[in-house]
Amino acid sequence: MIEISDIHKTFGDNEVLKGISADFKPGKNNLIIGGSGSGKTTLLKCIVGLHEPSEGKVFYDSECFTTMDFRERVPIRKQIGMLFQNSALFDSMTVEENIMFPLNLFTNMPNSEKLDRANFCLEKVNLVGKNKLYPSELSGGMKKRVGIARAISMQPKYLFVDEPNSGLDPLTSILIDNLINEITEEFNTTTVIVTHDMNSVMGIGDHVLFLNNGEKWWEGTKEQIAHTDNKELNEFVFASKFMRAARAKL
Amino acid sequence: MVSVGVGSLGIISIISLFIGAATTIQVAFQLSSPLVPRSIAGSIARDSNILEFSPTISSLVLAGRVGSSIASQIGTMRVTEQIDALEIMGVNAPGYLIAPKIIAGVTMVPLLVIVAITLGLTGGYIACILSGDVTPADYLAGVHDGFDGLTVRVALVKAVVFGFIIASICAYQGFYTSGGALEVGQSATRGVVFSCVMILFADLVITRLML
Repeated sequence: MIEISDIHKTFGDNEVLKGISADFKPGKNNLIIGGSGSGKTTLLKCIVGLHEPSEGKVFYDSECFTTMDFRERVPIRKQIGMLFQNSALFDSMTVEENIMFPLNLFTNMPNSEKLDRANFCLEKVNLVGKNKLYPSELSGGMKKRVGIARAISMQPKYLFVDEPNSGLDPLTSILIDNLINEITEEFNTTTVIVTHDMNSVMGIGDHVLFLNNGEKWWEGTKEQIAHTDNKELNEFVFASKFMRAARAKL
Repeated sequence: MVSVGVGSLGIISIISLFIGAATTIQVAFQLSSPLVPRSIAGSIARDSNILEFSPTISSLVLAGRVGSSIASQIGTMRVTEQIDALEIMGVNAPGYLIAPKIIAGVTMVPLLVIVAITLGLTGGYIACILSGDVTPADYLAGVHDGFDGLTVRVALVKAVVFGFIIASICAYQGFYTSGGALEVGQSATRGVVFSCVMILFADLVITRLML
């Protein structure tokens, strides 16, 4: 279980996060949604330790991550997988080397076993046989899938995903969402997804956190969103005609 | 190491040959008095080459070629979140990315400087054959006469320090890039400019301390 308590983050005079507290449910897809500039990605980076919160604490299974130093964080980091918005694959490495990178760092597996694990991950993301390609030879959707394969190569307990659908066509977006959902269910990971894609919210949003202007504005399930009377959330979720029509049918 | 060392061999070779040749011709031109032995041109060209041209000019060129590559490579990794990905995995990103480049700098730049010294002296010899300002025999006699091993030691100390300056400053600039493609370019430019200035400053300090 991941718990965040009263997280504040300030850049200069700009207070981006204003005291956010929440629990992220184990084995579920926890979605952080909100408009551009609402602080979603900053919150995610505070949770994984890429940003240090100005105030507040992050707990992984009741262990305070925020007060740990770099070395103390390593055992927790081994349990974290992350898919970045731009996939963040290492350009100089092939697909296979990218996936095996965390295994080389943290395990003493024989090379054949690492290769088996890489192939297993590639099979999971439906990219069998693409081992020797470089990131520059992949499409946006394929890069995301390799990013997911790398993120799950250590079979993480916690999976963080930043804007998984940005820049992807609707079909590929659904495929990525389904893939993340399958991984969450199969590996029982605590998955935290930052998105502003409403299809993802309505498709895989087990637990949804709505941020507005750096504050937690609403929290609930995807089923509760359709019936909420929260003005800001309504404006955000049902901004498009398509979503309004979808709600009318519910 | 391959990128810093072997990758820079071509440009360093060309520059050293031409600078060695030009230095010898200019020294011969300035010492055209009948009272000065012609072999002096070889001695002066040798010392200039070993002490100043090979380490300093080579390092300034390497700052442009290797330094900009280091800064832009690490800068691109920063803006495309590859460094964040390393940190998420618990990798000490500065140690993983910067340390190998510093090791490559402090080992490869001295080797390149040795090559530069050799080719600089060869360039002077070729200039003597082609121009006839100094006979090749006089040039070789000058190169041999009064050779002091200290000059090579000074050159190598300079090379190690310059290698460290190029790799560390450019890697630092790349590592702390924020923004996008524009900022990566700016980091590379800053890395090269700061490296060049620091190389010239260190050149003065080492020369003053060791000679």
